[in-house]
Amino acid sequence: MAEAAQTDQGPLTTIVDDWSSDVTTFKAVPWGKAMMWIFLLSDTFIFTSFLVSYMAVRMTQTDAWPEPSAVFSLEAFGVPVPLLLIAIMTFILITSSGTMAMAVNMGYRKRKVAVFWLMLATALLGLSFVGMQAFEWTKLITGEGVKAWQNPMGAPQFGSFFFMITGFHGLHVSAGVAYLGIIAWRVLRGKYDNTNFEIVEITGLYWHFVDLVWVFIFAFFYLW
Amino acid sequence: MAEVGQQHPIKVYFLVWLLLFVFSAASYMVDILEFQGHLRWLLIIIFMLLKAGFIVAVFMHMKWERPTLITAILVPPLVLIVLMYLLAYEADYAWASRIVYFGDEVAPIPAPPPTHAGVAH
Repeated sequence: MAEAAQTDQGPLTTIVDDWSSDVTTFKAVPWGKAMMWIFLLSDTFIFTSFLVSYMAVRMTQTDAWPEPSAVFSLEAFGVPVPLLLIAIMTFILITSSGTMAMAVNMGYRKRKVAVFWLMLATALLGLSFVGMQAFEWTKLITGEGVKAWQNPMGAPQFGSFFFMITGFHGLHVSAGVAYLGIIAWRVLRGKYDNTNFEIVEITGLYWHFVDLVWVFIFAFFYLW
Repeated sequence: MAEVGQQHPIKVYFLVWLLLFVFSAASYMVDILEFQGHLRWLLIIIFMLLKAGFIVAVFMHMKWERPTLITAILVPPLVLIVLMYLLAYEADYAWASRIVYFGDEVAPIPAPPPTHAGVAH
């Protein structure tokens, strides 16, 4: 495995060597991890297309765009706090990313039980995120009358993009919760005992990606 | 190849975890303190890119991958910048057209050009 070892050659030479080696291109990368990365790459294109079309519509529509920090404010102790729920959701997702990173780390140390509990904690945090999103949607639909086709505060596209983008992200979180639960259970059952627990890292890649997408949604939809 | 595991000190993870909290709080403060205009957008984008960079580099282990995987995953999304640029570049024109053709107080919608439908047959 001489070619897998990192030598003194520059990155460009490594890239050319890897692609022209006529064997596995992504050396020292389990195939499942490579596939997850390629899936996430395609998902990047989907989410970016959503966000770019949102940008195009927001730049070209002639109606007023609702002020996100006012729309998504919540009352706490009698005072309206802008984006309160969104801030809590953001911190929950970051916390879950942290527990997932710890699970991956414990996986490579082969500490199965720790992996199980950390992944379970991640899944529960993800579940609470989805719950808060359901609350946010309910408040917006029944309380403020925002629908996917109309919006009393201005541009009707606000509703379309809000429900499409956060809905697609919420779908990813929900799928991730199921995925985490299944893998955590299998880890505990000992299905991966003969492996190096790359599966935990692969699951982690997906979960961190969900957090990554939220970073962009938070910046472009809620703060812009 | 299976023996190539990724083991990193836990300290790095805690540091990045902390930084993500700090950057999120900072970008939230941009809204609370009601920064406006270019400063607001600049700060939002800086904090966003810092957070995204740390997540990809450390949590998703990109920092420790071979350059082959890094470039295969991170270079293709750059074409999306072209898409963004094209739509932003056209935005003024599309906006102005909507004002002209759909605006309330501006010129009435011009009559559609005559078609041959209804004349033939």
